[in-house]
Amino acid sequence: MKWKVLLIGLTVLFLSLFLLVPLAAILVEALRKGAGAYVRALLDPDAMVAIRLTLLCASIAVVASVIFGICAAWAVTRFRFPGKSLLLTFIDLPFAVSPVVAGLLMVLVFGGQGWLGPLHLGVLFATPGIILATIFVSFPFVARELIPLMQEQGTEEEEAALLLGASGWQTFMRITLPKIKWGLLYGVILCSARAMGEFGAVSVVSGHIRGRTNTIPLHVEILYNEYNFVAAFAVASLLALLALATLGAKALLEWKLRRDAAAAQREAGA
Amino acid sequence: MSIEVRGVSKSFGKFTALKDVNLKVAPGELVALLGPSGSGKTTLLRIIAGLEFADDAGGGPVAPSGAPRVGFVFQHYALFRHMTVFENIAFGLRVRPSATRPSDAKIRERVLELLSLIQLDSLAGRYPSQLSGGQRQRVALARALAIEPEVLLLDEPFGALDAKVRQGLRRWLRKLHDEIHMTTILVTHDQDEALEVADRIVVMNQGRIEQIGTPEEVFHRPANEFVMDFLGSVNLFHARVEGGQERRVFVRPHDMEIGHQAQSESSVRAVVKRIHAAGPMVKVELESEIGETLQVEIPHERYAVLGLKVGADVYVSPRESKVFFEDYSI
Repeated sequence: MKWKVLLIGLTVLFLSLFLLVPLAAILVEALRKGAGAYVRALLDPDAMVAIRLTLLCASIAVVASVIFGICAAWAVTRFRFPGKSLLLTFIDLPFAVSPVVAGLLMVLVFGGQGWLGPLHLGVLFATPGIILATIFVSFPFVARELIPLMQEQGTEEEEAALLLGASGWQTFMRITLPKIKWGLLYGVILCSARAMGEFGAVSVVSGHIRGRTNTIPLHVEILYNEYNFVAAFAVASLLALLALATLGAKALLEWKLRRDAAAAQREAGA
Repeated sequence: MSIEVRGVSKSFGKFTALKDVNLKVAPGELVALLGPSGSGKTTLLRIIAGLEFADDAGGGPVAPSGAPRVGFVFQHYALFRHMTVFENIAFGLRVRPSATRPSDAKIRERVLELLSLIQLDSLAGRYPSQLSGGQRQRVALARALAIEPEVLLLDEPFGALDAKVRQGLRRWLRKLHDEIHMTTILVTHDQDEALEVADRIVVMNQGRIEQIGTPEEVFHRPANEFVMDFLGSVNLFHARVEGGQERRVFVRPHDMEIGHQAQSESSVRAVVKRIHAAGPMVKVELESEIGETLQVEIPHERYAVLGLKVGADVYVSPRESKVFFEDYSI
């Protein structure tokens, strides 16, 4: 009993110290000069550009992650081929590599002195570069969610659909997609949270051009470095709220997935 | 429609699942592929269904007019978990190209017809998770029949069900087959199921066909030791025949007689070890003079007359025995 209270107390204390207090501080600081200053900071043209750029990059990264994730999960769980475990290792690479390194890789490839530099593709220090960096750090999330799920579900239902005369596309749309939709959504949520919050890789490739190549995290840093604390915290609070919304959606989904798993277990036991 | 399989081989890595298999199934026939697990029966069925491809392109299953429409029933049902019973059965009709797709009313009519065939009219709105195993398997069968297949393939369809439900469904399947006369191939490892349901039985072992024949043929005239052993229990004697050669002699438990005196030269002295009297026949386990364990089945009346007890000294005589002369190698 004593231990229970102690452990719970410690956990709550830790969370408050490192999570709740800073989160509250962001909001307090953001609203220090009143709601007007808060709204002005968000409506600032540079901030608007950053918000738009972040949302654009995140949506493209999510779409890329979904397409790649479904293809990779399908290939890994449905076929046998040499080099499969190597492929799985590569899918995990973005988790293992520091985002800064990822950004530097982009510079190496697309920079003026880089491999593709002479082509002047206009990737670096522009939106395409930021999108590529975001995709790099966030693409494994959907695949990572789907692979274990599809492994567990097996292929019999798809085989049944094909034998009943369904085309490959019909089988995917009517059988596979409904089976994996919750896992897919979960992957999308994690992927978008990562994509919106990414700092390191984007910082290297963006060039920090105000009103052009700044994402929300980069804009916050610039404002902060200029001692414009209210604006910095206001924009940061937006990112924090996005994160909270994502967390909320994730919790809801987890609850739903648990319920489905429990139902599946009852089914297996029946 | 008839099915012909010619010279089909299949291996998975180093494992040989099928070795030069030939099989012909006549239109309207119900054939059982019977064998232990790993004998290749499921692989053969999946090749016929088109779910698996034979190794050499030369042979392969041959159907008279292109690819046959196949109804396939999986051991674990493979029902679409996110669809109701009704939608599961309707699936094969709904995915047809618009030119050949029946109208919604026609689909409904057909599904209701099938629901009454499987006697589950009242469960159309349920999800697979709300059904019992036997009900799920009947839905899977109705779903396969909805597309009016030319061939029905069943992969251990009753394997996951308990004994009582199995027996009921087995008889129901035979009755259904007699009504619709569809060419049907059933995979099973249960010899009783094969003997009871099939017109012909294909006994498989280690990727090869050991014997093809009617239930009577494979049971009473097994082609070799494997078939004899697989289709029911069997006693093995090592007997010396003229010339001093040793022969393996097989006798079914119900082809043996127990008596207090030796009845012929082939009678063997044995001690009763165990008696199972619960069942249609009394099963007696004995140990012969030279330490062989023997299984004998006798009718209850005979058991009563003999007054057998554990530990009793008796004589066991075979009524009918089998000796396989051709070399049998695994």
